[in-house]
Amino acid sequence: MNEIMSILSYTFFQRALLCGIAISFSAALIGVILTLKNYSMIGHGLGEVGFAAIALALALNLPTYAVSIPIVIIAAIAIMIISQKKGEGADLIIALVASGALALGVIITAFTSGFGTDAYNYMFGSILTIGSADVILSIALTVISVGTYAFFYNRLFLVTFDESYAKARGIRVTLYQFLIALITALVVVIGMRMMGTLLISSLIIFPAIIAKRHTNSFKGMVFTSVFVSIACFIIGMFSAYFLNLPTGAGIVLIYMILSALSLATTKLLKL
Amino acid sequence: MSLLEIKKLNVSYSNHYALEDIDLKIDEGEYVCLVGENGSGKSTLVKTIVGLKKQDSGTINLNIELGKVSYLAQFNLKDLNFPATAKEIIMTGTQKHGKLPFYSKKDKEVYKRVIEQLHIEDLQNRRIGDLSGGQKQRVLIARALISEPELLILDEPTAGLDYNITQEFYKILKQLNKENKLTIIMATHDIEELANDKPRIVYLSKKVVYDGNYDGWKGYEK
Repeated sequence: MNEIMSILSYTFFQRALLCGIAISFSAALIGVILTLKNYSMIGHGLGEVGFAAIALALALNLPTYAVSIPIVIIAAIAIMIISQKKGEGADLIIALVASGALALGVIITAFTSGFGTDAYNYMFGSILTIGSADVILSIALTVISVGTYAFFYNRLFLVTFDESYAKARGIRVTLYQFLIALITALVVVIGMRMMGTLLISSLIIFPAIIAKRHTNSFKGMVFTSVFVSIACFIIGMFSAYFLNLPTGAGIVLIYMILSALSLATTKLLKL
Repeated sequence: MSLLEIKKLNVSYSNHYALEDIDLKIDEGEYVCLVGENGSGKSTLVKTIVGLKKQDSGTINLNIELGKVSYLAQFNLKDLNFPATAKEIIMTGTQKHGKLPFYSKKDKEVYKRVIEQLHIEDLQNRRIGDLSGGQKQRVLIARALISEPELLILDEPTAGLDYNITQEFYKILKQLNKENKLTIIMATHDIEELANDKPRIVYLSKKVVYDGNYDGWKGYEK
């Protein structure tokens, strides 16, 4: 207990905790829609795009957010538009974008700074890199996500559940898809520092999948997902600190354990 | 003035015309069935009326507010575990389905009346994927009715449903047309099942081939 109180007194840990809770909140909200719309892998694809964008920013000595946020937003919108218009599966488009972006990121890194600490931290996440700008951005992101959910809850649900009916009712489906793409891109870019490009998608997918298994309603899934996301983040972050693991990996480990327990519980209840 | 007036409507897909020179007038309180073979254009016409398909030329004049038009299509739930209760789905049909997850007193009153009319009070908190085909269809009618529409447009709503459920569904439609004075336009294959309801029949084969009453259609068909 004393050890927990002691690490809570460190500024870097407080920043990481606040930033992580805010990102987990937003990731859980957007994860519900993405999972139900079969866009589960978009976080993974955008993570790779984010890595390429950050490699470019580091190579050009530019601020990482200023470069990565617009690039990832454009990629998110493009993935959604292309996968709908071409009739291709979203997973196929995401796989193509992800591998292409990762290759580009690695090439840029190889030609410039090499695979140094910065690149490693973005790949696997590190709470030590989280600064006050990240905290402010993550809180702003939470305000945007909660605001979007609060004001457009029913339309977001309708667009997720039955897009044709939403269109027939005169709802501008594209506008809501744009909002979903925007929030997803922001979650990915801001969450990358903590989780790493390779693991950021787990923050989006796991809470939604666990929540879906235990709820009958959309509202229930949203609340359960947020609760699971924040709880797993806090437990994962402390575990990672005490076990000396990369933060992202520690959080994913907790998700894996909870997923296994959740699956076992549902199977047992069906017996 | 007609409720819906279609003039010289032409609609095509990439390589062929689906509808050619359609002229159609539908008055308030009518029960109209759009029938025809597969590929005759009946679903395309419905989709064009509700704005899901763009026309190449021609006009569609709806002489009521867009909010007073409701739509019900064949709906296949791909994910049976989709977390949505019947109540959540019905409420998406409300007029003010835009903001905040709260509903007005009027929305709640209409909801109560609609679920009572359709006898689905006991389904409201059940997950949509757990309902039978007939129950799902009642939930979707409730969603279409909660906005208190004056015009209900249906696109093959009974496809995939068995005979008894189809009969029950048409009974509800007839009741809504008679008691609620609801104007109905429905694309369907089930002409025989509608023998008792005697709707106006519009037979399509890319063009309007027949437009008249049910008994006249039976004579024309022979």
